Amino acid sequence: MSTKASRSAARLMLAPAVILLLGWMLVPLTLTLIFSFQRYLPLRGGFQGWVGFENYVRFVTSSAFWPSVQATVIIVGGVLLITVTLGILLAILLDQPMWGQGIVRILVIAPFFVMPTVSGLVWKNMFMDPNNGLLSHLWRFFGADPVIWLSDASMLSIILIVSWQWLPFATLILLTAIQSLDSEQLEAAEMDGAPVLSRFWHIILPHLSRAVTIVILIQTIFLLAIFAEIFVTTQGSFGTRTLTYLIFQRVLESQNVGLGSAGGIYAVILANIFALFLMRIVGKNLDR
Amino acid sequence: MARTVRTHRKTLNTALAWGIGLMMFFPILWTMLTSFKTEAQAISDPPVWFFFDWTLENYRVVQERSNYSRFLWNSIIIAGGSTVLGMIIAIPAAWSMAFVPSNRTKDILLWMLSTKMLPAVGVLYPIYLIFIQLGLLDTRIGLTIVLMLINLPIMVWMLYTYFKEIPGEILEAARMDGAGLREEILYVLTPMAIPGIASTVLLNIILAWNEAFWTLNLTAARAAPLTAFIASYSSPEGLFYAKLSAASTMAIAPILILGWFSQKQLVRGLTFGAVK
Amino acid sequence: MGQIVLEQVTKSFGDVTVIPPLDLTIEDGEFTVFVGPSGCGKSTLLRLIAGLEDVTSGEIRIDGKECSTIPPAKRGLAMVFQSYALYPHMTVRKNIAFPLRMAGLDRAEQDRRVVQAAAVLNLTDYLDRRPGQLSGGQRQRVAIGRAIVREPAAFLFDEPLSNLDAALRVGMRLEISELHNRLKTTMIYVTHDQVEAMTMADKIVVLRAGHIEQVGSPLQLYRAPRNLFVAGFIGSPKMNLIEGPEAARHNATTIGIRPEHIAISATEGRWSGTVGVSEHLGSDTFFHVQDTGLGESVTVRADGEVSFRHGDRIFLTPRDDMIHRFDAKGLRIA
Ligand SMILES: Nc1ncnc2c1ncn2[C@@H]1O[C@H](COP(=O)(O)OP(=O)(O)OP(=O)(O)O)[C@@H](O)[C@H]1O
Ligand SMILES: [Mg+2]
Repeated sequence: MSTKASRSAARLMLAPAVILLLGWMLVPLTLTLIFSFQRYLPLRGGFQGWVGFENYVRFVTSSAFWPSVQATVIIVGGVLLITVTLGILLAILLDQPMWGQGIVRILVIAPFFVMPTVSGLVWKNMFMDPNNGLLSHLWRFFGADPVIWLSDASMLSIILIVSWQWLPFATLILLTAIQSLDSEQLEAAEMDGAPVLSRFWHIILPHLSRAVTIVILIQTIFLLAIFAEIFVTTQGSFGTRTLTYLIFQRVLESQNVGLGSAGGIYAVILANIFALFLMRIVGKNLDR
Repeated sequence: MARTVRTHRKTLNTALAWGIGLMMFFPILWTMLTSFKTEAQAISDPPVWFFFDWTLENYRVVQERSNYSRFLWNSIIIAGGSTVLGMIIAIPAAWSMAFVPSNRTKDILLWMLSTKMLPAVGVLYPIYLIFIQLGLLDTRIGLTIVLMLINLPIMVWMLYTYFKEIPGEILEAARMDGAGLREEILYVLTPMAIPGIASTVLLNIILAWNEAFWTLNLTAARAAPLTAFIASYSSPEGLFYAKLSAASTMAIAPILILGWFSQKQLVRGLTFGAVK
Repeated sequence: MGQIVLEQVTKSFGDVTVIPPLDLTIEDGEFTVFVGPSGCGKSTLLRLIAGLEDVTSGEIRIDGKECSTIPPAKRGLAMVFQSYALYPHMTVRKNIAFPLRMAGLDRAEQDRRVVQAAAVLNLTDYLDRRPGQLSGGQRQRVAIGRAIVREPAAFLFDEPLSNLDAALRVGMRLEISELHNRLKTTMIYVTHDQVEAMTMADKIVVLRAGHIEQVGSPLQLYRAPRNLFVAGFIGSPKMNLIEGPEAARHNATTIGIRPEHIAISATEGRWSGTVGVSEHLGSDTFFHVQDTGLGESVTVRADGEVSFRHGDRIFLTPRDDMIHRFDAKGLRIA
C-alpha cells in the first residue's frame, strides 16, 4: 500500500498536524525555558537580566513550594484512591444484571460532563456553604454544627469535588475493561468452585490491572493540572494551593514570570515522568 | 430455587446501583431543581424538593442581566470551530498514519500524545505573551486555535484507531477505480468512517466546551465562553443560588445530552485506544 | 488491447528483496495465472503491475507504454481483490458505477453500463442492496462488475475465489472463464489452487521466492516441468519423486512419475509395496503405497472401483514414456 506518490501525499497530509503540534510545543516551551533563566517582571521594569538557575532555586526554596507539593500530592493521591477504589466497585456493580442498567450508567457518568467551573461553584455554594448549603442543612438536621467546608476541611472538600468529577471516568473505563473479560473464563472458575471473593482476587483484579494503570496515569496527568476547581472555590487559600495554582499565581497574579517559568519547567518535567509510563503502555498496545 | 436467588440478587443490585447512581447525579439534579425556585426557596431550611412554585424567572434574569446568550454563542463558536478546524487537520493526518504507515508512525503517534500531556501552566505566560503580541487575547479565533491544538492529539488518535479498522484494500480499490487522493478520502474513507468521525467530533466538542484553563486565562469580556461566565459567580452579591443554578443548568445541559451519546467513544478517546 | 511487459523488474521492502530481477511478457487477450507457494511474491507482482506498489527498479510497459511511475488509476487496469473490497456504504449500483463516476461519465451513460454489467453478472435484482446484504458469490460478482464496467486493458485478480466455498468456487471459476471468452481481455489471475490454474489459464507462471520457475501452457507444464519444483507443484496429487538406484537406472538423479501414470495390479509389476492410506473420491481412488524400497511412499491413482485394503500387498508398474528425469541440480533432462 505504498507507492512513492502515496508516501509523499501521506507526508504532506501529516505535515500540518505535526508542524502545528511541534510549534505548539516547542515555541512556548522554549520561551518558558528562556524566561526561567531571567529576572523578568513585566509590571515592574520587565527584563532585568539573566540570573542562571536562581529562579529554579528560589522556586523550590520559597516557603510556598513544599506546601504546594504537599497539597498536590494529597489532592492527586486522595482523588486517585477514591476514584480507583470506588471505580472498581462501581464498575463491578454496574456489570451485574439489573433493571434499568442503561439509565443508572447515565446517572453515574453525568458528572464527568459538568464543566469544572460549574461543579466547583455548585459544590461550593449549594452544598458546602456553611449557612445555606445543603450539607449544612443536613448537619443542623442532626443537631450538629455545620462544617465550614472550604476553610476548615479545605483539602477534603477539594478532593470530594474533584473525585465526584473523575469517578465517572474511572468507572467507565474499568467497566469497559470488565466487559471485555471473557465470561467463559469466569464461568470456568465458577465451575471449578472458586468462591466469589477469590474469583474477584484471582481473575477480575488481574484482568483489570492494565486498565487501572491506565486510569491512574491518565488521571494523574489531568489531576496535576486541575485549575478551575480551585480557582472558583478557595483561590488557593486554606492550604489548597497546588503546584499548578502556585505557578499560575507567580506568572499571572504577581507577574513574576521568571520564577513562574522555572516552576512551569518543574511541572513539565513532573508531567513527563507520568506521561512516559503512559506512553510505554499505549505504545505496547499499538504493536498488537 | 436458583431462579429466585438470582432474582433476589438482581433486585439487590438494582437497588444498590440506583442508589449510587442517584447519589452521583444528585448535585446535577439539585442544581436543575433549584434553577426553577425563587432565591428564597433556594436556600430554605428544610430544603424544598419538588413542591415549590416553579418559575422561569431565573432564566430570564440571567439572560437579561448578564447577556447569557453572548457567552453561549462564544462557547458554541469556540467548541464548534476548534472541532471543525481540528478535524480538517486530523483526518488527513490519521489517514496518513493508518494507511501509509512508515517506521516512524508509532513514534509520531506517541509524540503527539506526549504533547497532550504538556501541563498548560508550564506554557501559560508564553502563550499569553504571544496572544498579546498577535492581538489574539480575548478573541474567539485565538481561543479556537488553542483549543484545537490541545485536542488535536486526541482527535488524531481517535481517528487513527477507527481508520485502522478499515481494510486498506478498499482504499486501494478506489485508487484502482480512478479515485484521486481527494476522492478517495471524500467518497470512500470518510463515509465509511462516519461513526468514528462522529464520535471524535462529539468527544471533542465536549472537551472544548468544558475546557477551563485557557478559557479562563485568555479571555476577558468579549470572547468569554460559558466556563468563564460561570466563574464570574465565584464573587457573588446577594442571593444568587437560583440564578447560579439556572446559569449552570443552561451551561451543562447541552453537553450532558451529547455526553450520553458518546459514552463508549469516550473510553477509546481518553485512553488513546488502550482500552476499547 | 492489453499487452503487459515486465522488464528487469525488482521489488524490495527495505532490505528484503521480494522480487529479484524478473522478465515476463503477457500477450494481449491472454489469461495468465500466477501460481506459487504462499509468500512467493504473487500478490506483490500483481500489485506492481497495478501500480499499488512502486517497482524498485525495472520497467513495466502496458501496450508499449512505460508506466512504472503512472498512478494506478491511470494505467487502465482493473483489479478484483481477495476480500472483494466493496464499498460498504454504497449500493451495488453505486459500487459498480464508482469507477465511471470517477471517470466523469454522465449519469445516463453510467446507468446504461451498470445495467448492462448487472445483466451479464446476474445482479439485476440486487442493484439496490448494500454489499453487507449479499452472499459471498454475489459480492464477488459485484467486484467483477465494478471491474468490467471500466472496460480496462487488463483485469487483475488476486485469489478472487479463495473466500468462497468449494461449490461456489467451481461455479465462479466457470463464470470468469466464460467472461474471458466473451471479453477477450487480458487477465492476470493469482491463485494457489492447482485446479484453477490448470483449468483457466492460457499461460501459467510458476513463481518461487520471486523467481519465475517456468512459464507455459498448463499442458506444457504438466508434460514437461522444467525442474523439480514445477514438477512437484503442478499436478494433483503431487508427482512421485524417486531418488537412488531406481533413478540411476534411468540415468538421472531424480525421476518423477505422476500417480496417474502408474499401473496397479494385485499380482505382478515392477515395484511392490503395501497399501497404506487410501482416499476414495468416487471416480478415482488414490493409494499411498509404502515399503516399496523407493524411499517415500508412492501415490498411485486407480479407478474408483478398484479396492484394496490397508496392508494389502500390491504391484506397481510406471509407464516408461511418462517418466520425468532430473539431474543433480533438479533440472529436467530432455
Ligand atoms: N508491505 C510489505 N512490507 C514488507 N514485506 C512485505 C510487504 N508485502 C509483502 N511482503 C513480503 O513479500 C513476500 C511476498 O508477499 P506476497 O504477498 O506477494 O506473497 P503471495 O505470493 O501473494 O502469498 P500468498 O499466497 O500467501 O498471498 C512475503 O514474504 C511478504 O512477507
Ligand atoms: Mg497474496
